[in-house]
Amino acid sequence: MRKKQLAGGLALLLGFGLAGTPALAVDGLEGDPQRGEGLTQTCISCHQADGSGQNVPGGESWPRLAGLSAGYIARQLKDYQEGRRQNSTMAAFANMLDDQAVADVAAYYAQLPVTEAQGGDDVDDATLARGEELALRGDWNQYIVSCQSCHGPGNAGAGEAFPGIASQHAGYIAGQLHQWQEGERDNDPQGLMAAIAKRMSDEDIRAVSAWLARQRVTSAQGDSK
Amino acid sequence: MKIRKLTLTTGAAVLLAGAASAAWDEYKPLFALGYAEPEEGQLVHIPPTLQDLEDAAMSPELKEVVRRGYDLFVDTQQLRGQHVFNDMNCASCHMDAGRQPFSAALWPAAITLPDYRGKNWQVNSLEERVVGCFTYSMNGDPPEYGSDTMLAITTYMQWLAKGAPVYPDQEIYGRGYGSVDEPEQEPNYERGKEVYAQSCAICHAEDGQGLKQDGQVVFPPLWGDGSYNWGAGMSRINTSAAFIKHNMPLGQPNSLSDQEAWDVAFYMNSHERPQDPRYTGDVHETREKHANFHGRTLYGTVREVDGHLLGDHDNTGEKDFLRPEILRSRTFD
Ligand code: HEC
Ligand code: HEC
Ligand code: HEC
Ligand code: HEC
Repeated sequence: MRKKQLAGGLALLLGFGLAGTPALAVDGLEGDPQRGEGLTQTCISCHQADGSGQNVPGGESWPRLAGLSAGYIARQLKDYQEGRRQNSTMAAFANMLDDQAVADVAAYYAQLPVTEAQGGDDVDDATLARGEELALRGDWNQYIVSCQSCHGPGNAGAGEAFPGIASQHAGYIAGQLHQWQEGERDNDPQGLMAAIAKRMSDEDIRAVSAWLARQRVTSAQGDSK
Repeated sequence: MKIRKLTLTTGAAVLLAGAASAAWDEYKPLFALGYAEPEEGQLVHIPPTLQDLEDAAMSPELKEVVRRGYDLFVDTQQLRGQHVFNDMNCASCHMDAGRQPFSAALWPAAITLPDYRGKNWQVNSLEERVVGCFTYSMNGDPPEYGSDTMLAITTYMQWLAKGAPVYPDQEIYGRGYGSVDEPEQEPNYERGKEVYAQSCAICHAEDGQGLKQDGQVVFPPLWGDGSYNWGAGMSRINTSAAFIKHNMPLGQPNSLSDQEAWDVAFYMNSHERPQDPRYTGDVHETREKHANFHGRTLYGTVREVDGHLLGDHDNTGEKDFLRPEILRSRTFD
């Protein structure tokens, strides 16, 4: 999808030019994407040079960071540092960053174009249809509100609080949903995500993860602006 | 869970006892979330889903019109500037596209209208009910009676009522937004503001203007020009308290206490919004004339925190008229 990359470049210009509101990710610190890029040498072994991450079947997937909002990325890094989000892999790397560095890497990843996701290839059409239903319309008898009503149109992210989940790796999405179910991840504001995750069956999780991973996000839709 | 036998429908063969308890089952997770269970004798109806529509033995042409109605209901913004002059979709206040109990489900209107409505002192058809929500909730200029748009929306509603008895004698389970017991303490602006900051602002924003992204409404505004006007049912504190208690914060129904729901409803409706289309030119006179409605709103009252008289203005929001011409009154004298 070459076209996407172009749109991404445009979004970068618009995002930091027209809007005139630079990402103030951490306590009013302004992030500098150029400086941020220089700080990601330790990150690329997992999150890759283009921020695409990697689906790791049967293991711990590395999330796509490219195109997530700067505010969201920075808050996650702070949460790892301060133990509100616990993951032994990430804690060590988050701890290498001071507040300015957090703001800088957040600004850097936020302006990268959204990359394609992996995983979710091994499901049948009925499973995909269920995934689409949950993502776009929800299942209100179970009170599973549609993902896009919070994660924004196309599930591409809404504001700084609701990260883009379309075109995220299936393994990562499923892993996070299971973490919420088990109470291992609980840094979501107001428990908004936990409430939804806890109502999902294993089959629902498989379905929605596969469907979301297969969606393509044009950066014009993304939440990086 | 209490197992009670329900009189579902007297006389309607479609909802036999067997089908009825199946219907029950579908709503069980809702009871666990704090929604009231149906009471003895109440009419329970589970509206069909879009999948049911695909499978149904109906003419393809009719299915197409139902689909169109659904599409208009969830994306009413496609009528922006024509029939809609704020940021609302019908589905903004009617969860699950008008299927959900305690979220003003649509099917009850389809089986009980035409009926007398105190709001305009006359018998209203289903189309006139729709005109009402366009006029007030959408701050709009309703589609013509009998127009394609009107047909699509009312067909969608009637299809949702498929199999439910017309003019039922029973009370309807989960109609409207339900109700919330009167609060122990008078609803209060400051307390409401606190609830708002804690539970609502993350989506609807500190300033109540919600969130728009790339021109699309993600979280609808709760006051101001983009929201419902002073004539909308949601501006009544009792109605909005019930809506909020049973539907908000999104995904966490019944999580606020009754007091919190009243307080935040009071706070939300203590803000300015477009003028009531029934405005006579004088806010006190309008309030008086529609006392049965405004008795539960703050329209024409003074906001304590700053002495502002609510609704005392000529602002009609994005539209350039006050009252849509389509509103009609009739008498059979
Ligand atoms: C050894 C692999 C590895 C390295 C190196 C690594 N990460 Fe991660 N990262 C992960 C994994 C695995 C997760 C998901 C952890 C979880 O489940 O909480 C993650 C999660 C994240 C998240 C949260 C993403 C989200 O969508 O919530 C951010 C932000 C992040 N990493 C940034 C970084 C930065 C910045 C660096 C470099 C300073 C870095 N990571 C280095 C493996 C790595
Ligand atoms: C009521 C609002 C709401 C709904 C509905 C919702 N989410 Fe979320 N979700 C959130 C919030 C808020 C976060 C961010 C959590 C944080 O900041 O730590 C989130 C985060 C996530 C994440 C982690 C993303 C990352 O990069 O780490 C995944 C995966 C996710 N949601 C999946 C879903 C799926 C799938 C659905 C639909 C079945 C859904 N969400 C519906 C509010 C919601
Ligand atoms: C700002 C919120 C809001 C919006 C937007 C909205 N409505 Fe409503 N609707 C209400 C309220 C409030 C009620 C009355 C609920 C009650 O009875 O307590 C209602 C009731 C109804 C009813 C009657 C239900 C019954 O039980 O009789 C119908 C039909 C209806 N709306 C259709 C629509 C249509 C069509 C649209 C879009 C054009 C729409 N609504 C948009 C708030 C809204
Ligand atoms: C997680 C995000 C979220 C939170 C938190 C939230 N809402 Fe909403 N709210 C929505 C969405 C989305 C809609 C529209 C429904 C839809 O499109 O599915 C909505 C609709 C509404 C409406 C009807 C439409 C309108 O704009 O008038 C009102 C009133 C409302 N919310 C009030 C509240 C109140 C009060 C709170 C706090 C107690 C709250 N909401 C918390 C997301 C949220």
